[in-house]
Amino acid sequence: MSATIVSLPDQSTARIPKVNFLTKENGLLSWLLTGDHKRIAVLYLISLTFFFFIGGALAGLIRLELLTPQTDLMATDTYNKVFTMHGVIMVFFFLVPSVPATLGNFLIPLMLGAKDLALPKVNLLSWYLYVAGGILAIYTMATGGVDTGWTFTTPLSTHYVNTNVLTTGLAVFIAGFSSIFTGLNFIVTIHKMRCPGMTWFRMPLFVWAHYAASILMVLGTPVVAIAIVLVALERTIGIGVFDPTKGGDPLLFQHLFWFYSHPAVYIMILPGMGVISETISTFSRKRVFGYTAVAFSSVAIAVFGFFVWAHHMFIMGISNYAVLVFSLLTMLVAVPSAIKIFNWTFTLYKGSITFETPMLYTFGFMGLFTIGGLTGVFLGTSGTDIHLTETYFIVAHFHFVMVGGMLMAFLAGIHFWWPKMTGRMYPEKISQLAAVVTFIGFNFTFFPQFILGTLGMPRRYASYPPEFQVLNVFSTAGATILGVGYLLPILYLTWSLKYGEIAGNNPWQATGLEWQTQSPPLTENFLVTPIMDHEAYDYEWLENQKEKEVASVG
Amino acid sequence: MSDSTAIAHSPHDAPEHGHEEHPAYLRHHFENVEQQADAAGFAMWLFLLTEVMFFGGLFTAYLIYRNWYYPAFVAASHQLDIFWGTLNTLLLISSSFTMAMGVWCAETRKKQGLVLCLVLTFILGIGFLGIKTIEYKEKIEKHHVPGFHYSLNSFLNPDTDEAAVKAGDKPLPLDMARHTEVYFSLYFAMTGMHALHMIIGIAILGFMIFRAQAGAYTAGHVTFVENFGLYWHFVDIVWIFLFPLLYLISRHANT
Repeated sequence: MSATIVSLPDQSTARIPKVNFLTKENGLLSWLLTGDHKRIAVLYLISLTFFFFIGGALAGLIRLELLTPQTDLMATDTYNKVFTMHGVIMVFFFLVPSVPATLGNFLIPLMLGAKDLALPKVNLLSWYLYVAGGILAIYTMATGGVDTGWTFTTPLSTHYVNTNVLTTGLAVFIAGFSSIFTGLNFIVTIHKMRCPGMTWFRMPLFVWAHYAASILMVLGTPVVAIAIVLVALERTIGIGVFDPTKGGDPLLFQHLFWFYSHPAVYIMILPGMGVISETISTFSRKRVFGYTAVAFSSVAIAVFGFFVWAHHMFIMGISNYAVLVFSLLTMLVAVPSAIKIFNWTFTLYKGSITFETPMLYTFGFMGLFTIGGLTGVFLGTSGTDIHLTETYFIVAHFHFVMVGGMLMAFLAGIHFWWPKMTGRMYPEKISQLAAVVTFIGFNFTFFPQFILGTLGMPRRYASYPPEFQVLNVFSTAGATILGVGYLLPILYLTWSLKYGEIAGNNPWQATGLEWQTQSPPLTENFLVTPIMDHEAYDYEWLENQKEKEVASVG
Repeated sequence: MSDSTAIAHSPHDAPEHGHEEHPAYLRHHFENVEQQADAAGFAMWLFLLTEVMFFGGLFTAYLIYRNWYYPAFVAASHQLDIFWGTLNTLLLISSSFTMAMGVWCAETRKKQGLVLCLVLTFILGIGFLGIKTIEYKEKIEKHHVPGFHYSLNSFLNPDTDEAAVKAGDKPLPLDMARHTEVYFSLYFAMTGMHALHMIIGIAILGFMIFRAQAGAYTAGHVTFVENFGLYWHFVDIVWIFLFPLLYLISRHANT
């Protein structure tokens, strides 16, 4: 691991540029009323981290309860509330906005050579909506919580529980609007704000992935919004759209809910895939293999993603023919995901690979996402699904995709663009350690859950038969390691804000437009509107560029 | 706003810049006015797309239940007053006309005309909501609001119900009569969500009337009026679908 592509400016003379988006204006108000996409991204990053640690603490409680077969740490009701709030916070307040609202917000205008997102005020509004929704979610937690599971399944959520379904629903509704506005802003920006020469097929794949995810946000989220409105009306005035005693059908709720919430998993994973395309290219010093295929596979995932929702409902009483069709469609969506994995692997082939932290997280992503994706095929097959659904196999599957995939990608991205966002490097050695610890901790936590699932341990129970204890102890021990793995970046990244090495414009020798400007960037991103006169990931162009610079300086 | 001053100091070689004075409303991150108007219009259409998906969920539910409980839906739709429904449709279409005229006035910089059009649209919108209130009141009186007080009387004993007699309804079996509650659930959810959009629209209209009097939209920057016009037409179009689905299509079917 001695080889490195990192090239930092001479530390004795280098300074952080005096004027940048962080120092441009001072005071709390200049942040709270900002229209600058980079500042909003920072606001998002801070608030997301806060919610991630609340969700993480709840996960810790779940694992602690499951350390022993008996229900000893908390009552079963409390356990139901804890896993529900863990799901609600992690899905709606961390995973959905994670990469798009932070890295996407920060980078899309930079990558496109624009000065800002198309709608800065809407962007700020989306952050306020996110915070409002988040505060409401925490309020519901403090005043009794909710125990329906994050899926709000009817008639449980409408008739049988007396917890804070309404306020939690409202929190999710508000956060949904935040997500709609983010997606809408990205689509408009990508269509209308590209700099001269930035054709669609010169855009970084990060932007393509966000474009696809934004389509899902814009088209999917309103459907879950109306489903939540109907649940709220059912609970308050007693309309009967989902109420079987009045002729309504509870399954309709699940159709509406999963029509969003299945695409939502692609909202979560696609931006992560965008990050991986960037890191894999930079740390292999090669153009992403099959650029066009990777770009279109993002769009294909978005399109197919809309037609597979009923695979969440195989055992809920939908017809056998529906199961057949949705099972086939589910297999279909595996194809574009596989295209990405194969193309990334081919990018590595004969590349000059180096192992900086973002690359370690990237490798973690590729391995864990592949396992998560393949076990998804088990679950998409109706025969095996009937055995495995509602067991820990499901839990392990989606944590492999969401935590192993998305969170790894998020951390890869945060490390990769940290020098751009702050102007300073993170400490390399300890962050490599954190990446390895996360990977080990993750596998210890969730791999045993695949075995538990195939053995038949059901999800969402506070107690379990004693013969499952060994694997559960493994899982809880792993969760502890994982917790350390997530705590480390918080510590050293904060440390690096003051003591990190000065990064300079382009520490990774990467090709994206965001690296051709100062770090941290100016409020208006570029002094001169850039002109994109080369393909994406063109390392020769970068070399020529450097030679030109040397010639002109010399 | 301080950003726009910063941009003025930085060098600009881009051809679009430097030749002409920017209008004050050009935000700093756009190259020119066309790009700004383009982006805002595109964003509005995307937002309307999300609205289509939002109402789409309700229309899906309507479609499914109408197929399942056809007789109940027919009998229940006879309870709606077609006179009020038609009048409301007329009001809403007229308001779309006045709104379109308003956009035209803004584009041609006719301040008085714009204010007049906005006020007319405002009044027509209020009128729509007023009539909706009359209709809701009638439903409440007849216990057709789903929930605890819901009454099946109009469908089990149509002889006692004026509207049902007029339509020539025969008594529904109890099992089917109970499903009229689904119809009214959807009726209130759909018209309620529509009315909510109207209320939001009217609130924005009120704000716009003040701004228009100050001359805000007749100085060349009409994006806001145009986009609001799109929103208003969208809300109108939703009603154009709701009216036949809820009031008309089963009018002459007998159960």
